[in-house]
Amino acid sequence: MNIIEVDNLVKKFGSFIANDHLTFNVRKGEIFGFLGANGAGKTTAIKILCGLSKPTSGKVMVAGYNVSTHPEEVKSNIGYMSQKFSLYDDLTVVENIRLYGVIYGLSSTEIKERTEILLNRLQLQDARKRLIKTLSLGWKQKLAFSVAILHRPSIVFLDEPTSGVDPITRRQFWEMIYEAANSGITVFVTTHYMDEAEYCNRVTIMADGKIEALDTPANLKKQYGANSMNALFLKLTRKETVGLDN
Amino acid sequence: MKTFIAFVNKESRHIFRDYRTMMVLFLMPVAQILIFGFVISTEIRDASIGILDKSKDDASRRLVQRLSASGYYKVQSVFNYERDIEPAFRRGDIQLAVVIEQGFGNNLRNPDGTAIQLLADASDANTSQMLVNYCSGIIQTFAIEESGIEYAPILTTEVRMLFNPSLKGVYMSIPGTMAMVLILISAMMTSISITREKEFGSMEVLLISPLKPYQIILGKVVPYVVLSMINAISILALGIIVFKMPVLGSWMWLFVLNLLYILLSLALGIFISTVARNQMVAMFASMFALLLPTILLSGFIFPIESMPWPLQWLSRVVPPRYYIQAIKTVMLKGGGLTYMWHELVTMTGFLVLFLSLSIYKFKVRLE
Repeated sequence: MNIIEVDNLVKKFGSFIANDHLTFNVRKGEIFGFLGANGAGKTTAIKILCGLSKPTSGKVMVAGYNVSTHPEEVKSNIGYMSQKFSLYDDLTVVENIRLYGVIYGLSSTEIKERTEILLNRLQLQDARKRLIKTLSLGWKQKLAFSVAILHRPSIVFLDEPTSGVDPITRRQFWEMIYEAANSGITVFVTTHYMDEAEYCNRVTIMADGKIEALDTPANLKKQYGANSMNALFLKLTRKETVGLDN
Repeated sequence: MKTFIAFVNKESRHIFRDYRTMMVLFLMPVAQILIFGFVISTEIRDASIGILDKSKDDASRRLVQRLSASGYYKVQSVFNYERDIEPAFRRGDIQLAVVIEQGFGNNLRNPDGTAIQLLADASDANTSQMLVNYCSGIIQTFAIEESGIEYAPILTTEVRMLFNPSLKGVYMSIPGTMAMVLILISAMMTSISITREKEFGSMEVLLISPLKPYQIILGKVVPYVVLSMINAISILALGIIVFKMPVLGSWMWLFVLNLLYILLSLALGIFISTVARNQMVAMFASMFALLLPTILLSGFIFPIESMPWPLQWLSRVVPPRYYIQAIKTVMLKGGGLTYMWHELVTMTGFLVLFLSLSIYKFKVRLE
């Protein structure tokens, strides 16, 4: 079953084409890697999938709703986390969790229960009253991910969730991603770390607003005769030498 | 509703956990009202004057005494020679010199009369004009009393200064300062706090959440409405207690007026935040786009009537102008709706305009 169906998605800003006829599906419960150089059009596509921006043409279905006509339904069925912002620095751990719980319409008892589960899982019980700005980036990102799936969405979008995070924490982060996927949450993730791409069930590589390749990491490597995802990525994206930076 | 309360809580925590901003928020208005109240004063008090009394008789001494007893002047220097006067002006010792002619007392009763020369430092044109006017007034009265002759002019002008009989400058500067502080705090703080969320990327997270944009903005703005109201109350209290501003009109209208003005300023802040890319831009936009027009074009310090017409026309699009006018109507003239509906309607117009512009800009960005 497909939870995301994208059919001939085009997004233009004036004469600039950010997404050029994208067509792909994401299956329920899979970890879907969305790769591409800076400026390849990943962020634009994610914004459209999240209902934040409207496609110029094409049909995009997320969690069974059309993003152009029912963005509100899409929004309440997804979670989102980006590299740039994790949580509010001047609020405490618990205050942040509570705020997002309320925003996503959870009841007070649900919020309390899930807060405790979450704090236990992350071993942050002692830090519950600490301001976010006193936590390290790794902790912030793990906490932000947990908050993004607090309302148990059917899909979670992660936009470069591990950039700037140390290898150990990245590993722990991916363990959490697997856990979420096992509990039935579809994970849509962008990353610039090619070792992380290997962890995905399927990946797509974008270049110049187009999808260059889409398959499992193993099949892609075989198909293009590359021995690592890194080599494959360079092979597929190198032809555009002057990348538009975002 | 629950979401809304949670959001207001969040925003209040942002505000209250930032001690420095808090201090600025609450102390700046107080400091400004005191500074503007005491320093920017168009009144004459204890101006330094110099006297060159060539006559040195009883009448001339009485005149000098009269001048210094008026409270407007303080005799700083007494000259013996005319050549001493100019250096005193140059040194800035005195603002006005009074030269009393020889034989002043005797000539007072002569049909030809006597003369007094006033020299003023016109490098500060307005002040010197006022010093001269006040001084001539005192001398005139003195002359009438001394000569015992009441002139019987054919025409007399009787002047009564209404609403501010003692011409207190502070009656001007309190409404002006309120206008300035409220628009600055409301617009600057909202625009900065919204652009901060944009800059950090949290706005994106909020927009992707099921929250509607108006809920986000409302949640952000309500705490600032409360803050600004507290500020308005503290400035008003200072004006009334320290500077003895009267409130002749109804408190209800005063409240409505302030609330409307605060909402207008917040709407302006929201609009700035839709245009400004980051906090820095938002701050400077609020500073330059709001502070200067509020000070220069609203009639706060410079009377609108004496501006050249392009500036008069420009001042019509400066919202604080209407607030200041309406505040004066309520506080000093005791006027109600009949006398300020025009200002209220104009301010509501601005409010609607800023809100519509923000919504428009916001929609365009999401497309």
